[in-house]
Amino acid sequence: MGESDLILKDVRITRQGAPLIALDCRIGPGEVVTVMGESGVGKSTLLSFIAGFLPPAFEAEGRVLLAGRDITALPAHARRIGLLFQDDLLFPHMSVIENLMFAVPQGVKRATRRDLAGKALADVALDGLEDRDPASLSGGQRARVALMRVLLSEPKALLLDEPFSKLDAGLRDQIRRLVFAKARERRLPVLLVTHDARDAEAAGGPIVTLQVSQTNLPK
Amino acid sequence: MSPARAAMALLAVLFLSVPLARAAEPDPADWAGLTAKARGETVYFYAWGGEPRINAYIGWAADQVVAKYGITLKQVKVDDTSSVVSRVLAEKAAGQTSGGAIDLIWINGENFAAMKREGLLLKEGWADKLPAWKHVDVAGKPTVINDFTVPTDGLEAPWGMAQLVFIHDTARLATPPRSLAALLDWAKANPGRFTYPQPPDFHGTTFLKQALYAVAPDRAALSAPVTDASFSAVSGPLFAYLDALHPVLWRSGRAFPQNSAAMMQLLADGETGIAFNFNPAAASNAIANGELPETVRTYVLDGGTIGNTHFVAIPFNSSAPAGAMVVADFLMSAEAQAHKQDPNVWGDPTVLAVGSLPADEKARFDALDLGIATLTPSELGRTLPEPHPSWTTRLEQAWSARYGVE
Amino acid sequence: MTGQAGKPGLALQLAPGLTVVLLILPVVAGLSGAALPAFGYLPVLGGEHFSLDPWRMLMAQPGIWRSAIFSYLTALAATALSLGLVLGFIGAWSETRLFALMHRALSPLLSVPHAAAAFALAFLIAPSGWIMRLLSPWATGFDRPPDILILHDPLGLSMIAGLVAKEAPFLFLMTLAALPQTQVRRHMQVAASFGYGRLAGFFKVALPQIYPQIRLPVLAVIAYSSSVVDVAMILGPTLPAPLAVQLTHWMRDPDLAMRFAASAGALLQVGVTAAAILTWLAGERLARLLHQRWRVDGGRMAADGAARAGLAAATLILIAAMGLGLVGLVLWSVAGFWPFPASLPPAVSLKTWASALPQLSGPTGTTLWLGLAATLAALVLTIACLEREVRTGRRPHRAALGLIYVPLLVPQVAFLFGLQFLLIAMGLGTSGGALAFTHFLFVLPYVFLSLGDPWRAWDPRYAQIASGLGAGQWRIFWRVRLPMLLAPVLTAAAVGFAVSVGQYLPTLLIGGGRFATLTTEAVALASGGSRRIIAVYALLQMALPLAGFVLATTLPAMLFRNRRDMRPGHG
Repeated sequence: MGESDLILKDVRITRQGAPLIALDCRIGPGEVVTVMGESGVGKSTLLSFIAGFLPPAFEAEGRVLLAGRDITALPAHARRIGLLFQDDLLFPHMSVIENLMFAVPQGVKRATRRDLAGKALADVALDGLEDRDPASLSGGQRARVALMRVLLSEPKALLLDEPFSKLDAGLRDQIRRLVFAKARERRLPVLLVTHDARDAEAAGGPIVTLQVSQTNLPK
Repeated sequence: MSPARAAMALLAVLFLSVPLARAAEPDPADWAGLTAKARGETVYFYAWGGEPRINAYIGWAADQVVAKYGITLKQVKVDDTSSVVSRVLAEKAAGQTSGGAIDLIWINGENFAAMKREGLLLKEGWADKLPAWKHVDVAGKPTVINDFTVPTDGLEAPWGMAQLVFIHDTARLATPPRSLAALLDWAKANPGRFTYPQPPDFHGTTFLKQALYAVAPDRAALSAPVTDASFSAVSGPLFAYLDALHPVLWRSGRAFPQNSAAMMQLLADGETGIAFNFNPAAASNAIANGELPETVRTYVLDGGTIGNTHFVAIPFNSSAPAGAMVVADFLMSAEAQAHKQDPNVWGDPTVLAVGSLPADEKARFDALDLGIATLTPSELGRTLPEPHPSWTTRLEQAWSARYGVE
Repeated sequence: MTGQAGKPGLALQLAPGLTVVLLILPVVAGLSGAALPAFGYLPVLGGEHFSLDPWRMLMAQPGIWRSAIFSYLTALAATALSLGLVLGFIGAWSETRLFALMHRALSPLLSVPHAAAAFALAFLIAPSGWIMRLLSPWATGFDRPPDILILHDPLGLSMIAGLVAKEAPFLFLMTLAALPQTQVRRHMQVAASFGYGRLAGFFKVALPQIYPQIRLPVLAVIAYSSSVVDVAMILGPTLPAPLAVQLTHWMRDPDLAMRFAASAGALLQVGVTAAAILTWLAGERLARLLHQRWRVDGGRMAADGAARAGLAAATLILIAAMGLGLVGLVLWSVAGFWPFPASLPPAVSLKTWASALPQLSGPTGTTLWLGLAATLAALVLTIACLEREVRTGRRPHRAALGLIYVPLLVPQVAFLFGLQFLLIAMGLGTSGGALAFTHFLFVLPYVFLSLGDPWRAWDPRYAQIASGLGAGQWRIFWRVRLPMLLAPVLTAAAVGFAVSVGQYLPTLLIGGGRFATLTTEAVALASGGSRRIIAVYALLQMALPLAGFVLATTLPAMLFRNRRDMRPGHG
């Protein structure tokens, strides 16, 4: 049992009393668990529960533990769970470097923040783009900035919500490898939600298939 | 403002209406005491604000009273005096017996009658105790103490004189009709060229009153409160006259200008040939402002036209009654009255007996050039007194019932 | 997924309730202030007992029913025309160059005060107006204005035109704000691919998505049109005048006993407005039924060129009329004597401007602080309500949402006199705070109306990403949501400010007349009837709101000049 596991304990999500999702699993450091299922099955609802913004239309029981702490009752920003969506969602009113600096944890001095952000950019070969408008970047560049942004916030786990589905086929594989490599490098537990079997394949971890109103257990 | 407090206030006011103790009114006879009390006060003067010249004149008066008496005079420009009456009424209803919003009102006629009747003015007469009162032309201008026949009892101080004058463009109409009968004939010969503002507009109602004088068998009845008998004695001929006039009015009587200004604009545009106004200097002013052509002149009807006086009054709950009285005194002074009568300033005739003034003050009036289209006092001729205010209401209702719905 | 579920602070939790109480309480209190005298109770005028006499007095007024029915019908007609024109034009021309052009032309019209728009129209279409001057005498033979009834016509056509000229730009911008939240564009493309004409595609597919979004503004337009005073006085019939105008006359009748009839009339006005709204709601139901049959009848209406051209022409005429009317205002403001049928004033002078400008600093200052205070308060409360909504993911109940619009739906004349009375009783008769609060009552609904949709349409995943990055709710608010929504926030502020600038009756009644604003000055001076002065003040009244709108569009453009995705119309 690792110290930095993401553990979902008897998680049950219902909507107006009707069962939607039930899941019990443990994700170890550097491990990627892939949740698959048809659309509408509640994959995104699961992620929003773990990340801490379950819409009020749903009820949930069970607990989420991260790095040995029960985070079920914590507000979203205190959970230290990083998110990536299918859209990069770079803040359009900030420059590239500002987007990254926004993610650097509080308390770090301004000069250091800029330094860290610049290094992160160089890390994915994007140095020189610091002051660019995110809208002027290519899709692959934006995806890499989004990844580095989430990593800069020093999360203890990653939740990926179909993060590659909007990328061009050629780019998809490259970004996929980059994301998993970075997550493994930092030994982050990763929960990936997708309906693309190749994502699951590339992730290489256990696969959970969610079905409507049915108990799901890891294979 | 908590809901509970608001509800309590509403209840208290509506159902208990506890009268509060009133402060003693300042004594205008003690002039030194009055001016001492007035120093430093701010007087909010609610006055119709539709004429920039008048507003500028009030601005001039404000400069004078701050220099002379240390009183700050602020004009609150209103579009209709009766909204001011409403305000005082609301304050009385809400139990505000002092510190009211309004310190001085420009007023006359039915508005004064209503305020006097409902106890919305200072209780004690004050105007006739002011120093400037001694030169007011009470004998020559009886309307300075009888506002639309209602005795003023010193509750308002006369400010200026008005007389209905008719205005025509000599370029389009050389010899205007000088009686209402002649006006009807002229209108029949020139359909669509005459109209009057729709009652209850002040000028429109005045036209009805002027017509009333033309048809009334007994003019004395007009000075008494209207009765069913006295009204029916005149309503027949009045409506016969109007029935004959309306089909040949502007727009065939299917629409009326909403006020005197709109009527003057029709004259300016050449839509109509004759207009009328209560300010004898209106035509000269309008020429100076580029609102009427230079060929416009003023005339009055044979047999005289209705004249009246306009006043300033102080509400019962004025927050600065002493200051308001001092301002009223200044407005009645020869200096202020002469400046006001200057057609380049306002052109409003004085309430003073100019002949009784000391020579130097009289000289101020003698020096005035009244303006190209303004009649001299002798040309203005006889003024007819305003009927009792109850006639106003009655006329307006009867007009509205007969002509108010097309 | 609506947002981040969580518990916002107490202040935010209370915001919607506080807002509703702040808005409803004065209206209810004001209405009861009208209701008591309407049933004979007003001790200060000797009304000690409840009775139906005020109603008898009211019913004895000549033409009272005609006035009421006129107000009811003009409101419905003006609203239907404005809405029809707006939807038709958007359906026919959205995403064309013409549309972009019209959009730019219509937006500034929003800052034209109602009375100024009415005057501008009157200067244009009157028999002595500019159109007739341009055509005379060479085409018409007139050397004096023809004696024909155009303004104040008994059918109210010129009044309806005046209302449409002002309400169409409002509904246009409200509809544009609603569009991005719908899939209208794609759905219309789909419809077009099935062979539907533009108009058919829009009305069959897009309308049902758009209409619910603009329903409240439409109802506000009905309420406004049914109780409008200034436009009715300038353009409406006078024999008899529309109900709200009559009501204003009675409120001001020197015969104080008319206050009783006026109070009953105020309640009748509420009834007329309610009847117009209810009729509209019934019409909505009928339209829905008809629409259900019509949308699946397969009619493609592919040849809609003539209809589209007609809609473009109608919109052009509207804009041209307002544009020409405003140019007319400018000309009158500098005209010397300008006789008929001269097309241009023979003599020009800046006299009117020169005499007005030195008087302006006080009223401009008052207008500014009142508008800014009311707008700031309305913005804070609106944003608090919307933040709570976004943070909890709970939208307030529909009814609660409707309550915010009560000050727009209840005619001003019906409750302001009662409110004035109440404030005097509380010793706030001439308080600047009470005045600013009253402005706030009318500003808040418009701020909510303009900000609600963009706020709710904002992609909540930005907030989720940010909280995943460790940002707390307030950091997200200040650093992400507010800057990203800066443009709509400033637009809402500009709308609210314009509403505050336009308030006449509330400023006069609640401020006790002691707070002179550009609008109270304009109305007081307009009572003198000089076209030159009216023109000068109408232009001045327009200037501040226009400056607000210009600021609201240029400021975000400047701040985010290097951020492509922050440009208006993006996304």
